[in-house]
Amino acid sequence: MNIVVCVKHVPDATADRKFESDNTVDREGVDGLLSELDEYAVEQALQLREKRSDEEISVTALTVGPAKAADAVRKALQMGADKGVHVSDDAIAGSDYLGTSLVLAKAIEKIGSEQKVDLVVFGMASTDASGGVVPAMVAERLGLPQVTLASVIESQGDQVRIKRDGDTATEVIGATLPIVLSVTDQSGEARYPSFKGIMAAKKKPVESYSLSDLGVEASEVGAEAAYSAVEEATARPPRTAGEIVTDEDGSGATALAEFLASKKFI
Amino acid sequence: MFELSREHEEFRRTVAEFATAEVAPYAAQWDRDHHFPVDTVRKMGELGLFGLTAPEEYGGAGLTGADGGFTSLCLAIEELGRVDQSMGITLEAAVGLGINPILTFGTDEQKATWLPDLVAGRAVAGFGLTEPGAGSDAGATRTRAVLDGEEWVVDGAKQFITNSGSEITSLVTVTARTGSRSVQRDGATVEKPEISTIIVPAGTPGFTAEKAYDKLGWHASDTHPLSFEGARVPAENLLGERGRGYAQFLATLDDGRVAIAALAVGCIQACLDMSLEYAGQRQTFGGPIGRKQGVAFQLADLETMLRAARLLTYSAAAMKDAGAPVAAFKQAAAIAKLHATESAVSATRIATQVFGGYGFMEEYPVARFYRDAKVLEIGEGTSEVQRMLIARGLGLPVE
Ligand SMILES: Cc1cc2nc3c(=O)[nH]c(=O)nc-3n(C[C@H](O)[C@H](O)[C@H](O)COP(=O)(O)OP(=O)(O)OC[C@H]3O[C@@H](n4cnc5c(N)ncnc54)[C@H](O)[C@@H]3O)c2cc1C
Repeated sequence: MNIVVCVKHVPDATADRKFESDNTVDREGVDGLLSELDEYAVEQALQLREKRSDEEISVTALTVGPAKAADAVRKALQMGADKGVHVSDDAIAGSDYLGTSLVLAKAIEKIGSEQKVDLVVFGMASTDASGGVVPAMVAERLGLPQVTLASVIESQGDQVRIKRDGDTATEVIGATLPIVLSVTDQSGEARYPSFKGIMAAKKKPVESYSLSDLGVEASEVGAEAAYSAVEEATARPPRTAGEIVTDEDGSGATALAEFLASKKFI
Repeated sequence: MFELSREHEEFRRTVAEFATAEVAPYAAQWDRDHHFPVDTVRKMGELGLFGLTAPEEYGGAGLTGADGGFTSLCLAIEELGRVDQSMGITLEAAVGLGINPILTFGTDEQKATWLPDLVAGRAVAGFGLTEPGAGSDAGATRTRAVLDGEEWVVDGAKQFITNSGSEITSLVTVTARTGSRSVQRDGATVEKPEISTIIVPAGTPGFTAEKAYDKLGWHASDTHPLSFEGARVPAENLLGERGRGYAQFLATLDDGRVAIAALAVGCIQACLDMSLEYAGQRQTFGGPIGRKQGVAFQLADLETMLRAARLLTYSAAAMKDAGAPVAAFKQAAAIAKLHATESAVSATRIATQVFGGYGFMEEYPVARFYRDAKVLEIGEGTSEVQRMLIARGLGLPVE
């Protein structure tokens, strides 16, 4: 079985985030890491390989992003993925979800041209843009069923069953491979890479593709082709001192309720 | 310039993440309850921390010196020690005193029996050398082991033994007199005790790990006095060569010194991090205390201590990984241990001072580090013993 896990390199949320002059996220000048939510996807792919140890299963980590994004692939390899694919091209910068999903889908097709891809795994969203729509778009482009937001994943043969926890009910969904799957942060803690894994990752193969390798025109992606544009980005304002209600005559509760009502909390 | 490899830095980050998520939030509670957290030890095992320097056949990572296996162990100890010195020493002792003697001197059968669980973190082992009357002078061991048919009968007492009485302790290795030999000294014939090392499995009748110590620090680390009253173990539990027990012990000691130095580096780093944050927050006389030279200079001292201790420690570790000549490594190990541990004690004194009255309160971790640091200058060879070794390394005939 051939599994592709899509992993995104995102700015470290604990570091200061910056924007480029065109209001896109600065991905080169800040510390980055493998999006935490994608670690769950890697974990599920690895668990599937471990649970079905009698089968030949290969896990490929795929990322689209600038040079530094290779670190996301490295982390997935350190955790245990078998090989990596890094798509990088200056023309991709500033792509929206549609552009990104096009590049991912083409890369998955290219990986599949060597060995059929049975399962594509995504995290539920990226920790920087938080769109959560790329899995669905890639599924559509590949013409595969999308089975999204799984909290529990079971598989046997070519059958996959997942649980999706909603606000009011839990759905159980069955599907037949090949599919596109996305998993939530409830699917099971991701493993830490061991030192052995870190050393082993050095020797694992990583392929680099450019847009022309994938047969994608530069004009189809990037900021120019994007359907949305960021007009303005403002840093979150610093926290201001709150309002203190002093209760001297028993009117405190009323004042508090009025305040909450004025902010539409109650 | 001395630099760690990219892989080592990545591994450091991994252990730091683990320590921050799995250890730091609970360290104060474990300390208060004197609780040895078996589940966390198991998780450390899953991360492969106990097996960094063990071969793959026993579940280890199979790393060689060229991979920097020992350096990676030091990094793990440092990063655990940065949030909790108790977990740092638990790892250090489990590998250095528990796994290494068996790995270095054990028969294939002994290794196959004991190592898989120890390497996985499902079990820990202790090394019992120190006795009520034998510490720095470890050769003064009084514990005896007598061969009775196919069994060793062990009688005696050990004290201050780490990882020796936890619910997952699988064995302790003890040094014991197994006889004596006549040797010539200054023209006269003297009887010299023959010291050997024997594996005593937990649960052996006659072997008791007494009630855990009430210690100044390292509360979450498991330390017990041990008593042996006619404890019988099979003859094949002899570890390594008969009569070489003391020499074997000395041979594994140098690694442990560097590992303790790494634990001290973690302590100094914690002191710097905590003090730096506090110095920026705490206001006196209309500004943060970090603006006062009296405080700022102390932080400068912490940073200086940290750099020096780190360099000494990791260059010694690199020597070990590179297979440096024994005498040179011994000297480097003793120097690293001496400097890093004494710096750690100074660093905790500085950090508590920066915190003022809060530094004396258990609600801040600084107080815990203050209590934990002192033993670094004592365990695995006191500062005096390190100075003695360093002086001898200089060629001085120190007794
Ligand atoms: C928490 C903890 C955990 C420990 N874990 C273990 C363990 O797992 N296994 C184990 O075997 N031991 C363990 N030890 C014991 C530790 O290694 C000894 O305490 C240490 O070696 C010192 O021995 P001692 O306590 O007998 O002190 P002593 O040897 O009695 O020393 C007393 C003082 O005299 C000084 N001194 C002694 N000889 C000389 C000399 N020749 N020149 C100059 N000064 C000298 C010492 O430096 C010290 O200051 C542990 C100790 C502690 C506190």
